[in-house]
Amino acid sequence: MTLAAAETEISPPKTIVAPPVTERELRLDLFRGLALWLIFIDHLPTNVLTWFTLRNYGFSDATEIFIFISGYTAAFVYGRAMQERGFLVASARILKRAWQIYVAHIFLFTIYLAEISYVAARFDNPLYAEEMNILDFLKQPDVTIVQALLLRFRPVNMDVLPLYIVLMMFFPPVLWLLRKKADLALALSVALYAVTWEFELALPSYPSGTWFFNPFAWQLLFVFGAWCALGGAERMSRILTSRITLALAAAYLVFALAVVLTWHFPRIDFLMPKMLARWMYPISKTDLDVLRFAHFLALAVVTIHLIPKGWPGLTSAWLRPMILCGQHSLEIFCVGIFLAFAGHFAIVELQGGPWIHLAISAAGIVIMSGTAWLLSWYKGVADKSGSHQARKSSAGAA
Amino acid sequence: MKIVLQALLVAGFLAGSPVCAQKGGADGKQEPAKSCEMPPELMSVGDNVLGTVSAAIKIRKKLDILVVGSGSSTLAGPDGASIAYPARLEASLREKLPGIAIAVTTHLQPKKPAEEVAETLKGLVAERKPDLLLWQTGTFDAIRAVHPDDFRNALDDGVGSVKAAGADAMLMNLQYSPQMEAMIATEPYLDNIRAVAQQQDVPLFDRYAIMQNWGENGVFDLSNSSRSFALARAVHDCIGRALADFVIAAAKVDPAEFKAQR
Repeated sequence: MTLAAAETEISPPKTIVAPPVTERELRLDLFRGLALWLIFIDHLPTNVLTWFTLRNYGFSDATEIFIFISGYTAAFVYGRAMQERGFLVASARILKRAWQIYVAHIFLFTIYLAEISYVAARFDNPLYAEEMNILDFLKQPDVTIVQALLLRFRPVNMDVLPLYIVLMMFFPPVLWLLRKKADLALALSVALYAVTWEFELALPSYPSGTWFFNPFAWQLLFVFGAWCALGGAERMSRILTSRITLALAAAYLVFALAVVLTWHFPRIDFLMPKMLARWMYPISKTDLDVLRFAHFLALAVVTIHLIPKGWPGLTSAWLRPMILCGQHSLEIFCVGIFLAFAGHFAIVELQGGPWIHLAISAAGIVIMSGTAWLLSWYKGVADKSGSHQARKSSAGAA
Repeated sequence: MKIVLQALLVAGFLAGSPVCAQKGGADGKQEPAKSCEMPPELMSVGDNVLGTVSAAIKIRKKLDILVVGSGSSTLAGPDGASIAYPARLEASLREKLPGIAIAVTTHLQPKKPAEEVAETLKGLVAERKPDLLLWQTGTFDAIRAVHPDDFRNALDDGVGSVKAAGADAMLMNLQYSPQMEAMIATEPYLDNIRAVAQQQDVPLFDRYAIMQNWGENGVFDLSNSSRSFALARAVHDCIGRALADFVIAAAKVDPAEFKAQR
């Protein structure tokens, strides 16, 4: 959905001049904001709003959007830094960003520990004796906390940031190569993805299993986003805007919708050919199944057709909250995870019905938007105190 | 929040109001005799037919069911097994199918991932010769965050080996717990159990959705943190009864026939 951004706004790397911050591609912010909202809703117990989330209508979901746009903006912002200040300075900034994300992750982990300890101290219903084993790790805080610091212990809903951290840590050499030989970098990324599938590469997690989002597979989407930002989208623009591509993309989206419908309504599962099912399933989220990747691409192609650059709706007040959230993605992501914990807790304690669920979800989105507005306001005030700050804060937005 | 809840509970007792007491999960209100109505779509067996079970009931007049499961297929305490759902299933089937010799046995393998359990299934069917093997699974794998693909392959192998060994297979998924929902990532495991059931054409008893429905409609207060067995006893009784209906429906047997014969 953001591929066309590069068409007009970003020139090939060599001629990049720092555009004023006001020339932000609002579609990137809009869809990243949307992804953040959807991730928040998906982390809460099922309610009416869950039916508006992407994963009910196709293979891919908000995570793909988030990672792709993160790759895109990272290349855009740090690519410019690499152009102006050189490899070392840009790399230092990228690593500083990775460190910030790490600290944010550990902060969220602390909140998670607090919540789970509260439950462990109070909840002892024999019906759930087996499920209570999840609390066993509290008996060994020495091991658990070290494993969490090593990003190996991953509580529920806390999988995206570790992926983001690893992707950012390895981004300096990737960005360097992308700027020298973009297509080679993308080819290597595809090769790593293929090797991952062939040899089942994975990062181990504690106490067992592997990372929920396999960085060896998901790097493809991040690098692809970066490749698009550095001129790839522009070179693909003829393909992207052709009617044939649009028709193929639309057809694939309809196909995915039909498949997903058979999951929601088991009665119509007989319509699903067995051969196709054998070939297709399982559609791995952990390893970014190629069907998911293709679904994201199709969604992007259709979206840039429906919402072209300069679409008037982008300046409407209604979409402003979503755009603001997208502009402060790390902060809002963390707020969203925190609100998901808090929302869970509130739902359990209040014993609310569907309306309470809905109210909590809506309140969460309002809080996320309010926080984003506050951050924007503060950034505006801080930027006024010195123009040299502007560059810093735009780097912070990646 | 807790204080409000306790106040509500006390108020419920004092007022003797059935609505408050039910919401608060007061012990006395969850007697096993409670009716556990559930929406029919959760009891849909689809097109799957338990052929062996059907023949066992109609021709051999006896039905052997083996429950393979983990900790959530039993309850702690001296009479835990007798109030857990396998025993309730047996009682309910005997009531619904008079004249048929019903035996429900269990082989619980707590703290074992599906992969290890799957390897035992072939031998279990050979040894115990059940007509139906009910496999309750997913909880331990979710707690241990076993790779969802590995979990799925294990399920697929396990169900395949039960069918190959000549018994009907049926799956049961995780329990729903509002509290644990924030701590255990259940979704990949629920999705994979459903997917394997669909692909292997075996019925899935959707315990998770059923319990979620009960929780949301106030049938049971599943976030009750009390140590009392009242809730566990009542929920297991309802699960057992629902399972009995489910097995009968999936075997395409008309219980009215058996009632008439008596």
